[in-house]
Amino acid sequence: MIKAILIFNNHGKPRLSKFYEHYTEDTEQQIIRETFHLVSKRDENVCNFLEGGLLIGGSDNKLIYRHYATLYFVFCVDSSESELGILDLIQVFVETLDKCFENVCELDLIFHMDKVHNILAEMVMGGMVLETNMSEIITQAEAQSKMEKSEAGIAGAPARAVSAVKNMNLPEMPKNINIGDISIKVPNLPSFK
Amino acid sequence: MSDVVEKTLTALPSLFDSQTGAAKISNRLKQLIKSITELTSKHDEESLIKQELSAMKEQVSAPSTSMKQMREIMVRSMYCEMLGYDASFSYIHAIKLAQQGGVMEKRVGYLAVSLFLSEGHELLLLLVNTVLKDLQSTNLIEACMALTVVAQVFPKDMIPAVLPLVEDKLSHPKEIIRRKAVLALYKFYLIAPNQVQHIHAKFRKALCDKDPGVMTSSLHIYLQLIQESPDAYKDLTGSFVTILKQVVGGKLPLDFNYHSVPAPWLQIQLLRILSLLGRDDQSTSELMYEVLDESLRRAEMNHNITYAILFECVKAVYTIHPKAELLEKAARCIGNFVLSPKINLKYLGLKALTYVVQHDAKLALQHQMTIIECLDHSDFTIKRETLELLFRITNAQNVSVIVEKMLDFLRSCSDEHTIIHLAGKVAELAEKFAPDNSWFIQTMNDVFSIGGDLLQQDISNNFLRLLAEGSESKEEDDQLRLYAVDSYLTLLNGDASHLPQRFIQVMSWVVGEYSHLQECVDQSEVIRLLMKLLEQKSVSSETRVWILSALTKISDGQTDLILELAESISSSQDTILRQQAHELRHLSLDSKLHEWVLPRGAAWDDMEVDSSLSFLDGFVSEALAAGAAPYKPPHQRQEELCEQRALNLEPYSFSLPVSLSSCSITDRHSPTLLSVSSGLSGNSTELSQKAGASTLILEGVKRVWGKDGYLPQKETAVTASPVDEPSAAVQPVGQQEAAERLEPQPEPSTQTNDKQQLASSLFVGLSTQSSTSLLGKSEAPPPRFRKKPRPHGSSLSSSSSSGTSEKSSSSRTSHNTTDSFLYGSLLEEEPAGFDHTPKSITANGLGQNKDVKEDRRTNTSQILGSDMVIVRPNTIQHNPSTSSDLTTLLPADLKDLPHSDVISLTSDPSLSVSSCRVFRDEALLLVIFISNSTETDIRDVAVQLNCDQLETVSLRGNIVDCLEGRSVSVCHYALLMDDPHTNVSFTGSVSYQIQPGHTNTLSFSGTLSTADFIRPLVVTTDEYGKLWLSLSHDVKQNLKLLTDAGDPLQTTLNALKDTLQLHIVDIIGSEGIVACRLLSGAPCLLHCRVNGSALAMWLRSPLPALPDCILYHCQRALAQH
Repeated sequence: MIKAILIFNNHGKPRLSKFYEHYTEDTEQQIIRETFHLVSKRDENVCNFLEGGLLIGGSDNKLIYRHYATLYFVFCVDSSESELGILDLIQVFVETLDKCFENVCELDLIFHMDKVHNILAEMVMGGMVLETNMSEIITQAEAQSKMEKSEAGIAGAPARAVSAVKNMNLPEMPKNINIGDISIKVPNLPSFK
Repeated sequence: MSDVVEKTLTALPSLFDSQTGAAKISNRLKQLIKSITELTSKHDEESLIKQELSAMKEQVSAPSTSMKQMREIMVRSMYCEMLGYDASFSYIHAIKLAQQGGVMEKRVGYLAVSLFLSEGHELLLLLVNTVLKDLQSTNLIEACMALTVVAQVFPKDMIPAVLPLVEDKLSHPKEIIRRKAVLALYKFYLIAPNQVQHIHAKFRKALCDKDPGVMTSSLHIYLQLIQESPDAYKDLTGSFVTILKQVVGGKLPLDFNYHSVPAPWLQIQLLRILSLLGRDDQSTSELMYEVLDESLRRAEMNHNITYAILFECVKAVYTIHPKAELLEKAARCIGNFVLSPKINLKYLGLKALTYVVQHDAKLALQHQMTIIECLDHSDFTIKRETLELLFRITNAQNVSVIVEKMLDFLRSCSDEHTIIHLAGKVAELAEKFAPDNSWFIQTMNDVFSIGGDLLQQDISNNFLRLLAEGSESKEEDDQLRLYAVDSYLTLLNGDASHLPQRFIQVMSWVVGEYSHLQECVDQSEVIRLLMKLLEQKSVSSETRVWILSALTKISDGQTDLILELAESISSSQDTILRQQAHELRHLSLDSKLHEWVLPRGAAWDDMEVDSSLSFLDGFVSEALAAGAAPYKPPHQRQEELCEQRALNLEPYSFSLPVSLSSCSITDRHSPTLLSVSSGLSGNSTELSQKAGASTLILEGVKRVWGKDGYLPQKETAVTASPVDEPSAAVQPVGQQEAAERLEPQPEPSTQTNDKQQLASSLFVGLSTQSSTSLLGKSEAPPPRFRKKPRPHGSSLSSSSSSGTSEKSSSSRTSHNTTDSFLYGSLLEEEPAGFDHTPKSITANGLGQNKDVKEDRRTNTSQILGSDMVIVRPNTIQHNPSTSSDLTTLLPADLKDLPHSDVISLTSDPSLSVSSCRVFRDEALLLVIFISNSTETDIRDVAVQLNCDQLETVSLRGNIVDCLEGRSVSVCHYALLMDDPHTNVSFTGSVSYQIQPGHTNTLSFSGTLSTADFIRPLVVTTDEYGKLWLSLSHDVKQNLKLLTDAGDPLQTTLNALKDTLQLHIVDIIGSEGIVACRLLSGAPCLLHCRVNGSALAMWLRSPLPALPDCILYHCQRALAQH
């Protein structure tokens, strides 16, 4: 079973945290900090598996992680999961994000936290792997967004009709915000070694 | 046409507003993130978030806030929560959003709920109706969301409400819904197995679903089920093999391919299931050889995921009944892993080797050079795994090299978890394979100084136990002790300020106990050393007690020094130290008393403990005469407290659509409070309405009233006495240098590059013998320090969490006395001597004894307190005709008690082991018969029984020096169950010697069910009513009613009574009340009511898990009837 899924950046700032077991909020924060501490001090050329520390539940649990540009993706799993299987699951997750956000970057994860969570929910449900097929995940995630759009469409049908007018009249909306160092794009997803 | 344009234009301004509004809001998140990233200090971030949170708090409670804005606020509060700030004010709004919003709002609402609320959060009750509604929704997305949230956060007591709906979803036309329903049911199974018992047939249907996705999901369930009881699912082996064959053969749609490997995750899952099914079962294994071979052959493309499959294959091949051809292929695969330049694969290779080495140690030999390289690998994880592998191949010949490697690693390691884990292993190896005394003591010194106070208490306890009990030869024992004393005196002569507390405690005990063996050292010198320790500031008060006890033991004849010391300590702030100082002075002045209380070098076995504390009778009766209140055991006090509780309503509960709403009991004998139960549904809707109103602010309101009444009151009733953390958990400073300076061990010559040499020393002993006995685990020369079998050690030192292990430092002096007191009563005739805290004077005060006793779980003390423990001599019964019924061998006093049939557990050519359960009133007796089926004598037969979930309160006859030919020995374990489990499995082993010096082991296992631990609870209807009200955990379920003969209720209850040992208190009309108790004392009350063709069963107990267990067994009993 998957116990927790954490994403944080190179500075240890959490970008997504999802726990499938109950911990107190303090413990959750401690787990994030400790995991970052463990993972960040590892070199690039070592293996992607780590024994979980005391916090996350002792020797039965493992941390399996991948490092993409500015982000660490860490899955904490118990012994009933296959290490390499999870490693590729992370890859599937990242590739899915990349498809959904068109060249995903750290900012996407922050501003579309809910969307990322929804994609994740299509892959992992209650700690169990639900779906590993990327196109299926995307279909499900998009079906939901479509639903949203159509619902928004019924409520505000004229909105689309005037969107052109609106865009002309409104001061231009900033499309790319540049916020310090977090806007570093993930370069094309490195295929792992 | 112009109409349309006109309409559009008139609608424009309002749209405009909402658009800019939304833009403004989403800008706020951007703003927030932007400002957070610009901040430099944590402090700034905190104040910014606080500001943000209070702004949000205002916004959510403002009535003008639209759903859309609310949605955005939710995302922001999720963000804040992720950063670790408390946004609990938004929880209720998350629920509201899920309740009231459209699909989009619902989605954010549900997402927020699953992130914010954990299982068992009280606000979840408000979500039940929403989830029920959404589960019935025709909108796929709503149903999906509801299923997801159900699987994520629903607690046990809310499952019955949604179960029927989720069950229906198994036949939903859409596969995505079916798939999620299967996973939700799996989650339910994990939380409350007996509630989904009736849908196992549907799981099978899910396995055969036409959609591969649904089938894949159902494998989660089967993996779990098969793990629990492989035998029940052997019939599915064929299906799993067929599925795997089809998957491997590429019969699935191309969609399922990942990097052109067909459904790899599915393959992994199936391989795991197959290996569980095929373990130790030749005929089942034969079914899968072909497909395993196929998998091994197919998975040859070089992608990560194929390696994942290969790894599972290899594990499966080595787990199931072996087949030479497959083993050979699997071994080659492992070779590929180990030799791979990819570090992840190397890691898995090592892992596989560690797994496989038990079956085939030659494989480790093949890869010895790689293993050596991995030992010096820069990657921590790899090193760690390599040491794990080495641990498995350790034998008497290579132990010193391997232990040295492990210690080297430990010295450079800073991870607490690893230190605890590995230090325990080093200690285990040292004890098992130590080549000589000096090496053993040195190694243990290293373990203690490196592991320090992180070490588990067991390690030091075991070590001291080993020193104290020794082996057969007294000379050898004394040599070992002498060596230890020498080594410690040397250490203490140096700078001892950096030594860990645990180590100082061990040293002071050994020095106190055995320094008299060393004749060339003056006792006054030893006293001086110990006194020097006492003066050190870094020494904790717990350690001081140990040191003082040691001083007490050796104080004989050194009156001057001691009196001075006693004088200086008697002004200490610590009362315990003061008391000890007082005792010390007293004893040193009266050498006769000293001799009597602390006889030098006395054998441990001679100690007798008066467990009934009869020597205090006079004191007690005097106190009673003087007007003191009589002692009441904690459970009695708790019951009285419960009775005093005036208000015992159940204000908060939710409406269960199935069983509870139908509870309209008006009978006055009914134990339920009818006004409450009938008002339940009304209550909950009212509550949800109230909560839905935006004015209700839950945050900041302290929860004073709960389900069980006034909360603080309950707490005082439950926690009998506060338990302090041991104060000695201080990280020792500079222990590293200490280890290096104090133990001048030969430096590992890694730089010589002579790996070959290292290899030969590491793998020595592996190549010389045949492959099966290579490991020296079972058939190696007998361990140097042969311990007397010790079935209780573990249960006492590790498992009794609330018992001996959490002694507060304030009760330290009484530690030893109370412990031995506890042991004494626990062990029957087994000598007290597990805990080697210093012997001190037994008259340490009754009060403290009682305190510690109360610390123990109230339930056990109920039993221990009474004189129920049996003490009988160890009997060996000779039986000339071995074939006759073993039950005749039951001791006379047990024969008349109800007992089960004798089941054969295991046998080998020389011994056979069988067991019988005897249901005593205060414990379950597991009687183990060991019969010698040969004509020759078998020596040193020792039985060891392990079961973590049970508590052994007594045993006898587990060691037999000589079992004559064709005779049977009987061994008893009296077991108690503290935490209810539906089924508990136990394992054990019998070790024996046919030829001297050659120990054989025969292991056995079996299961016990809760039913074995249940006894009737005889109460009157009135008592029942009172007790009912005081119990908090309840479970309700409808059961089958037996209608075959006579009065259905009577018949059903009698059937239950026959199978489980229940007591039928009363039957009134269509209701029956039944009571039983768990052996440790916890009662469980059952209230049954005929409800149409079903029996509505309502169970209550103080233990949360007990009703479930009993319900499970009731269901089974009725099903079997």
